[in-house]
Amino acid sequence: MIRLQAITKVYPMGNRDLTVLRGVNLHIRQGELVAIMGPSGSGKSTMLNLIGCLDTPTSGSYYLEGREVSRLGSGDLAQLRAQKIGFVFQTFNLLPRLSALSNVELGMRYAGGVDRQRAMDELDKVGLSNRANHRPTELSGGEQQRVAIARALVKNPPLLLADEPTGNLDSRSGEDIISILTTLHAEQAITLIMITHDANIASHCQRIIHIKDGQIVEKEKG
Amino acid sequence: MKKWLEPLSTAWEGVRTHKLRSFLTMLGIVIGVAAVISLMSIGRGASADILARIGSMGSDLITISPGASMGPGGYRGAAGSVRTLTLEDAEVIAEQVPYISAVAPVYSTQLQLVVGGENMNTQVIGVPPEYQDIQNLDIASGAFFIEYDYQRGSKVVVLGSEVKETLFGDADPIGQQLRMGTNIVRVIGVLESKGTMFGSPDDAIFVPLTALQQMVSQQRTAQGQRVVSSIALTVSDEEQADNVVEEITSLLRTRHRLGPNVDDDFRITSIEEITETITETTQTMTLMLGAIAAISLLVGGIGVMNIMLVSVLERTREIGIRKALGARERDIWVQFLIEAAFLSFAGGIIGVIMGWIISIIVNSTGLMTTLVTADIVVLAVSVSVGIGLFFGFYPAWNASRLNPIEALRSE
Repeated sequence: MIRLQAITKVYPMGNRDLTVLRGVNLHIRQGELVAIMGPSGSGKSTMLNLIGCLDTPTSGSYYLEGREVSRLGSGDLAQLRAQKIGFVFQTFNLLPRLSALSNVELGMRYAGGVDRQRAMDELDKVGLSNRANHRPTELSGGEQQRVAIARALVKNPPLLLADEPTGNLDSRSGEDIISILTTLHAEQAITLIMITHDANIASHCQRIIHIKDGQIVEKEKG
Repeated sequence: MKKWLEPLSTAWEGVRTHKLRSFLTMLGIVIGVAAVISLMSIGRGASADILARIGSMGSDLITISPGASMGPGGYRGAAGSVRTLTLEDAEVIAEQVPYISAVAPVYSTQLQLVVGGENMNTQVIGVPPEYQDIQNLDIASGAFFIEYDYQRGSKVVVLGSEVKETLFGDADPIGQQLRMGTNIVRVIGVLESKGTMFGSPDDAIFVPLTALQQMVSQQRTAQGQRVVSSIALTVSDEEQADNVVEEITSLLRTRHRLGPNVDDDFRITSIEEITETITETTQTMTLMLGAIAAISLLVGGIGVMNIMLVSVLERTREIGIRKALGARERDIWVQFLIEAAFLSFAGGIIGVIMGWIISIIVNSTGLMTTLVTADIVVLAVSVSVGIGLFFGFYPAWNASRLNPIEALRSE
């Protein structure tokens, strides 16, 4: 599913360059549930962005479903994000002025077309069909994150990326979210990669990858 | 939902969910378009108004007036400063030039009118009875004098509406006598008002030319011919108007013994020519008004750009989210461009309605005639959409170029 080969990422910072990833090699199979752990600034978000086709590596190769995508242009990358990848963010990133349902529909907007019934079904799966017309500000953090998960999954992507999905939630809502994610992973055979600081959450995953200073230091089976 | 509708509905969402900002974006365009519509309608109205009044003078009218005197050293006097046109000229034109339906020699002079305690100094115009038809003079009450009065030189007068108002007020002047210079004349008719315009008959009174000749001494040329102030005539076939003008020119040049290098000592003006001049003038005026209004429309367009730029900044995170969800640069670009075009289109429509209302209000005050024509409306609306697209382009392009990761990180 995902193969990273000797990936480096360098950000130009004024006169000197900031090297964030130093030769990362990684292979993730279809349907795996993977946790990425590491201290702040270790490069884990950058790696997730690369995997999510939001960014391209400075050097190295990235194969997504066997296709080399690290040299694609912004239009092709957008197409890949639309078709293949769902994102769940720490800060939810819902559009504040749209209803929960419209936010979920937005997940289909660039992936072939909006289907209201489908969006409604997806909201139902995360247990929010009764709050479809509420705006994000009228929902709790946990509920907002569930809307975000519905938005990410409404287009049936093979790959779901979550960047600290419980980072802004209390532990109870966090557990809810993790259980929803793991259940969906189990039911839909989706590949799920999740950044987390919480060892307890990571323990739910099949594999834990530790990153430090832009390098993978340890891959452990969960 | 139909796929092609989705960009539209996304743009509509952007408008609907940011009502105040959308309103402010439209405001400049609304004011600009309303200004264009109302000012252009005033220009068009004035033009239509003037042309209608000229039309009332008869479109087949040709007027011959004396030219300017040429003093020594090429010094040119005022138009009409020489007395070159004569009664005999008028007679010969009537006899010799084809396609003329009527000719009226005109002799005018200033005389004091007195009725009871009222008096005024007025232009007294001596004409034959044909003059009424030639100038399309409508009678408000009484009658114009007829051939019989003309033959006998009856001392009867027809009053312009303003003169009647000044001398008689609301009283009925028909049959009343008034003193004109040293003579007593009888009022037999009053004219309808033609409105305040150059050469308006409202401020004049008309008498048979034969009667005027008895009352004042008509000037004569060195050859003893009787001088007239002007000659008015109508052509029977408007197609032939240009030929008639040419024929009269050559006839008068021969009669006035003008050599080939000498300028005409008379001037021939047709209504057509005056109409053209006035049309040009009012078009220029309308364009000027339109240009002033266009500046406010331009300012409105810059307002659209301002607010769209701010909107892009404010919605950076939204753009990041959309990009993460798979929006291509083109999708973002189209979204913002449609939003700008939609806002300025809506602003244009509202502006048209407001401009129209303003123009109706101005019209109803009676001070100015206004005229809203379809071409102005179409022009104003399409220009406003164009402005929206033009000034929306840069902000939209800016938005589409945002880096999704940075956009997602923004607050």
